[in-house]
Amino acid sequence: MASLVGSRVERKEDKRFLTGKGRYTSDINLANQTYAIFVRSPHARAQIKKLDISKAQKSSGVVSILTGSEIAEDKIGGLIAGWAIRSEDGTEMKCPANPPLAKDIVNFVGDPLAVVIAESLEEAKSAAEKVSVDYKVLKAVTSTADAMNGDTIHEGIDKNLCFDWLLGDRQKVKEAFDKADKVISIDIINNRLIPNAMEPRACLADYNSASEEITLYTTSQNPHLSRLIMSAFGNVSPEHKLRVVAPDVGGGFGSKINVYNEDIVCSWAAKKINRAIKWVAERSESFLTDIHGRDHVTHAELAVTNDGKFLGFKNETIANLGAYARVFGTVTPTYLFGPCATGVYEIPAAYSNVKAVFTNTAPVDAYRGAGRPEATYTIERLVEKASMELGIDKTELRMKNFPTAFPFKQTLVHTVDSGDYIAGMEKAKQMADYNGYEARRKDSESRGKLRGIGVSSYFEACGIAPSAAVMSLGCGVGLWESAEVRFNPTGQVTVYTGSHSHGQSHQTTFAQIAADELGVPIENIDIVHGDTDKGTFGMGTYGSRSLTVGGIAIVNACKKIVEKGKRVTAKMLEASPEDVEFKDGEFIVAKSNKKKTIGEIAFACYLPGVRDEMKSPLPEGEEPGLKETAFFDPSNFSFPAGTHIAEVEIDPETGEVKLEKYTACDDFGRIINPMIVEGQVHGGLAQGIGQALYENAEYDETGQLMTGSYMDYTMPRADNFPEFNIGYTCTHATTNPLGVKGCGEAGAIAAPPTVMNAVIDALGGQEITMPATAEKVWKACKNLKKSNSKAA
Amino acid sequence: MKDFNYHSAKDIKEASKLSSSNSAFLAGGMTTIPSMKLGLASYKDLINIKNIKKLSGIKVSAKSVTIGAITKHVEVANSKEVKKAIPSLANLAEGIGDPQVRNRGTIGGSVANNDPSADYPSACIALNATIHTNDRKIEASKFFKGMFETALKKGELIEAIEFQIPEKSSYQKHPNPASRYAVVGVYVAKHKKDVNVAVTGAKPCVYNDKDLSKALSNSFSSSSIQNMELDSSDMNSDIHASAEYRASLVVTQAKKAVDAC
Repeated sequence: MASLVGSRVERKEDKRFLTGKGRYTSDINLANQTYAIFVRSPHARAQIKKLDISKAQKSSGVVSILTGSEIAEDKIGGLIAGWAIRSEDGTEMKCPANPPLAKDIVNFVGDPLAVVIAESLEEAKSAAEKVSVDYKVLKAVTSTADAMNGDTIHEGIDKNLCFDWLLGDRQKVKEAFDKADKVISIDIINNRLIPNAMEPRACLADYNSASEEITLYTTSQNPHLSRLIMSAFGNVSPEHKLRVVAPDVGGGFGSKINVYNEDIVCSWAAKKINRAIKWVAERSESFLTDIHGRDHVTHAELAVTNDGKFLGFKNETIANLGAYARVFGTVTPTYLFGPCATGVYEIPAAYSNVKAVFTNTAPVDAYRGAGRPEATYTIERLVEKASMELGIDKTELRMKNFPTAFPFKQTLVHTVDSGDYIAGMEKAKQMADYNGYEARRKDSESRGKLRGIGVSSYFEACGIAPSAAVMSLGCGVGLWESAEVRFNPTGQVTVYTGSHSHGQSHQTTFAQIAADELGVPIENIDIVHGDTDKGTFGMGTYGSRSLTVGGIAIVNACKKIVEKGKRVTAKMLEASPEDVEFKDGEFIVAKSNKKKTIGEIAFACYLPGVRDEMKSPLPEGEEPGLKETAFFDPSNFSFPAGTHIAEVEIDPETGEVKLEKYTACDDFGRIINPMIVEGQVHGGLAQGIGQALYENAEYDETGQLMTGSYMDYTMPRADNFPEFNIGYTCTHATTNPLGVKGCGEAGAIAAPPTVMNAVIDALGGQEITMPATAEKVWKACKNLKKSNSKAA
Repeated sequence: MKDFNYHSAKDIKEASKLSSSNSAFLAGGMTTIPSMKLGLASYKDLINIKNIKKLSGIKVSAKSVTIGAITKHVEVANSKEVKKAIPSLANLAEGIGDPQVRNRGTIGGSVANNDPSADYPSACIALNATIHTNDRKIEASKFFKGMFETALKKGELIEAIEFQIPEKSSYQKHPNPASRYAVVGVYVAKHKKDVNVAVTGAKPCVYNDKDLSKALSNSFSSSSIQNMELDSSDMNSDIHASAEYRASLVVTQAKKAVDAC
């Protein structure tokens, strides 16, 4: 039987999705359901002086209107930060309370303060308009850079500072800088992004008064974790009386990790009114209230020798958390960012210092790449600038500082198990025809255009993560994953995974893995996920962890099945278990022609006895049935890496940037399904290039979101991209049995510096901020013209 | 969306009779419906005019192209007659919005709405169009009054738009990368006697840029406007483009249009 791992198996989920048979949260309707509309703050910061619902209550079809007062009375808990971060001075981080419905104060535009529940959506909307709120508007704090100088947003949190965190050794860095020939420094902004999953958030909460159970259908990347948080911190219901179902989910990118206000409020309210409640976000609500991503202001320096050796690195960053600290809000700008900021280089001394600030904007949390795009942007913009200032070729300078031996002990935290960065760079150069660039630049020049080439090498720490390590760094949970493999008596297999697919194609990839491990045809394998009533507790999908952690749990559960199969075969065929080998779905007794298929063994496990022709006695003490569970806790993060190269052409008259060529050469370890990996790379690149050239979440000084619709927030489209040139170097991870590393975030991590380095190269080294919009580039082109004419 | 009464008029007379100070005509609905959904507009009566046959169709004579008000963008874009008589007009229609919008949106709706970033108003100005209503004929130069404002009276209905066929013409736009509306769109049309340079997106209302028109009337080549700098003091400025950038884009797009003629 040919191995399925490594082949372009067509997606099992496509038939469902392409024929409109997907089942998303908003597709689910329950008898007698009601509809919720949330009353949201139109102000970025205000006191709620008076909330009058009397008029709204009389509006037609209204079932109930609930506010922050009832939430407080019922002691429903607020939204939480999942990681406790300590400041450099040893103090604990400071986080404000974040009630699901605000009672006294609202802290960003979109912050909900009441829910209107009615018989129809129209009636709910109409009644919500009649809720009257008397606000005392306060001065908003919106700027990341100036947040520490603004009014105090949350009582008791001075300078709006959540924490002032340090990783690394300032003294060693000082010594390294003292020895340097040259210090390259840079001031950069990592622009705020809005995730924009195709499916807006939604939830449907149902309550069964007889069993006292709440069922919540919701758009979540991690239903088990959501249930735990809602139960343990939200006080919505004991865990065993709460079922969370995340059915088909149309994209997450991190924005659906969090338990949101609406999940808690609808679950709590469903029990209160004893009816099902449905809520589906409108797109404008998604823009305002989904978590946002990035939003850093960074000053960084690199100490170098004249011949291009890196000696030291410092990173001073202000990270915007938005109004509240959410689940991964505090770890994203610290442990997911700081350690990776030294990039793929041997740098003897380094530190990252991050001040996390609160502002009157939507909460900022993990968004595709989470911390690692910000880290890679920091170091790769610095290295590119160093290459310009030192006059050393950008690829040579990078290679000069790459580690050549693995495991590679990275400066700050990680020990990278495997990789070959030089091979990756050389392959990328070849794929991109790096050496032929000058001819293409001259061709552009002859047409009055500016051309630039940009390079970026990255590594990322993903496959999150070893529980002991993350818990020692402040994580509130362990980040293992579970799997259960269940045979039916007639030989088909159901695999239950704690991972969650919201576009990642687990139904196919995981089935390929199980098919190879068990020797069962892929058509006979189903993957089940997304329901706390089905399968064991699992941690969900984020941080490129599904395959590297969840996939390995499946492998381990399959191995347990095979072990049991060997024991059962030995008994049936009167051999010793040690003499039974398993290959391609058959248990074979060594040096004999005696064998049993895995289907026969599954059957036997469910009919443990001897009757007439049926002879399937189980070994003494062996339990009947064939089902195994595994929990896998990785021993290390995984470390995908690679080099990307971009070329842009700029029209100096309009400032329009055209991405002409994009080459990605990545090391994801072993690749299970190349077609699905290409899809992941394409999607990541689209988001990364989007950050560099198009996307930007912009608030005005009063805290109004200026880019709250697709009229103003530029989502990149297919015609913004060239055909991507994708290749791989595959060094297998040594820390898991499949040798896999993860691929979902790489594009979003590598692309922003790659593209910006190309744009800045075309502009003669002039710094501009992301996104490199036509107007910014046009202005830089005018400066270039001026300086050229002066030089002439 | 607030409740409203829906009517479908069978002819212009009925449509006119149904209209009131609190009604709107519904053609493609590409602006009206989203505005109503977002709560930015509400009407007591919505009068569908899409079933009025007289309002549809394209007629070409030796001097002009006349397009019925409810003719869809896709029909203009694909019309062999338009492509032959005024190719730039078909190109303009081809570049409006996306396929969904082009398959529903109408020329009359676009012109009556007079969005400051819409494409068609610039064609009307550049091509010396005449707006035929159920009441009168209005010259384009007197039709577009200000942002979302036209010479149309309440209940007055556009029947057709008549474009003069120029010697040469081209429409060039710099689209907003998010909405794909024109940040600046410039329609250059060379007529027998003079040249019109109509600009959309740059100011609150479409206009004929007198300086560019004059320079190109004197010498119809992009070099004649190469170094022109326009006054940006009354130009739009927003998060997508400053007034200064828009002023520069007007010249750049005008040059592109001349070169494409």
